[in-house]
Amino acid sequence: MEEKKTPKIPVWDLPDVPKGKLPPHLELQRTRVLCTSDAPTHTENIRYSGAYASMGVDNSLRLGHFRDNFRVEVIRLTEDDMEFDMIGIDAALANAFRRILIAELPTMAIEKVLIANNTSVIQDEVLAHRLGLVPLRVDPRLFEYMSENDVPNEKNTIVFKLHSRCERGSSRVKVLSNELQWLPRGSEFTLSTEKPAADPTSRPRTYTSFNCSQDSLPDFSNNPIGPKHDDIIIAKLGPGQEIELEAHAVKGMGKTHAKWSPVATAWYRMLPEVVLLQEIEGEKAEELVKKCPVKVFDIEDIGKGRKRATVARPRSCTLCRECIRGDDWDKHVALRRVKDHFIFTIESTGALNPEVLFTEAVKILEDKCERLSALFSPHLLKQKTESPKVPIFVTSGDLRIGAFFFEIRFFLKRLHFEFIFILVGTCKLLMGLETIMIDFYAGECQILQLASE
Amino acid sequence: MITVLTRSYQDQSQATFSLTDEDHTLANSLRFTLNQDPRVTFCGYSIPHPSDARVNIRVQTTGDPASEVLKDSCQDLMLICQHVRSTFDQAVVEFKNKKGLDAMNIGP
Repeated sequence: MEEKKTPKIPVWDLPDVPKGKLPPHLELQRTRVLCTSDAPTHTENIRYSGAYASMGVDNSLRLGHFRDNFRVEVIRLTEDDMEFDMIGIDAALANAFRRILIAELPTMAIEKVLIANNTSVIQDEVLAHRLGLVPLRVDPRLFEYMSENDVPNEKNTIVFKLHSRCERGSSRVKVLSNELQWLPRGSEFTLSTEKPAADPTSRPRTYTSFNCSQDSLPDFSNNPIGPKHDDIIIAKLGPGQEIELEAHAVKGMGKTHAKWSPVATAWYRMLPEVVLLQEIEGEKAEELVKKCPVKVFDIEDIGKGRKRATVARPRSCTLCRECIRGDDWDKHVALRRVKDHFIFTIESTGALNPEVLFTEAVKILEDKCERLSALFSPHLLKQKTESPKVPIFVTSGDLRIGAFFFEIRFFLKRLHFEFIFILVGTCKLLMGLETIMIDFYAGECQILQLASE
Repeated sequence: MITVLTRSYQDQSQATFSLTDEDHTLANSLRFTLNQDPRVTFCGYSIPHPSDARVNIRVQTTGDPASEVLKDSCQDLMLICQHVRSTFDQAVVEFKNKKGLDAMNIGP
């Protein structure tokens, strides 16, 4: 029996495959997430450089290519929130920016609350917790972090005072956030260790040590520090109840506690893409338009009274999959997401503007990289350069040998100390006085040079 | 802080780096830039325990020393971030100008 042998054509010589590029079905897999009715498919990013090597396509990232393709388009920008598109970036980086926005951008928030009097129904700790969550309208870049050993001074602390009472016979009083008064000179509560009136000319020591008043600094002289919103209810007081406290605000990051997060939230989504696989006309078109709860589809007249469905607003699609529910609809409509187009939304709590927040987040990622690449100092990278060798003189006296190696024992980690003893001892026996060089940085113990004196 | 977990002096092309005080934020971005480098045959990261802020990054290359390749990826990531920042700032400025022009056109 004869077998018909069809000539084998390599896949990139096929007539419909453009050379150097992927065939369209693979390109679809690489750049789009297909949202089918049960689950999304092709969600992984095929982003390693050798992915399509067998097809002759270079998938590696070239910085020039990235620079040409990367775009940012701002859709909406107000003082409190912004929405913008980033096109041409990968999910790993978009997620890194989102994580930094939420957890690693510093802000000022109230941390220590010194309560002098609290006769309200709100417990001390609940009151302190609520005060911590009040957003403050102050640029955190003007302040420094305060560690436990630091003294609270004008560079790392902001002091607020709250004194509110409800008189007997009047109705209930709401304590709002605008009653938090800023004290630019620092704390007014004196330390309990101070003896009263010991020296009337000197200022008693308080809980903070401000060297100068904060409103003498140029940043604060015209815009006083205060909470962002004036109408936040902190507590409610009944007749005869009083709250008197001082609150100290310090700089921190969202990683430690959510009160220090500068964004209400920040999120991103990939751009949805709705594609009509077949022409949808007449009644089916009407049905489709009615199905979608966010009105993605529209009817278009194509003359002679015929109607056709078009995709009018794919960006507002929430991927509820209502349009592919039911019999056979998934052959008419394809729901996809574009893998490298991210719609970012940032809602700021008020300390900084949202565009400043994003810029700071990118700077923080850059700083992390810089710190990491600085750790690759020459001593880790030594392959070809000579490692520093330390001569150890072994003399005939046993005590000397012992003493030397005792010192080295604590220097060299993970070296087999006994091995050195034995080896050196043996060498000494065999060759008399030697100079033995030992490579300090090697994880392995090697006798590198044996030379007699 | 960085420590090298597995390395040998004979074969510099593979290593596992353990970074402290880091999490998915930097590790995933580094893994992305490492993957793009054609010299890398394998790269990945793992977090041994979620309560410790420690990340292990494994790099295997086609011959170049692993630490060099990692350092180059850090530099690449820095360049990408700088480009992102400048493009974003430009886009914000353009948007504000456009909004200003629109406001002027709508006004009397």
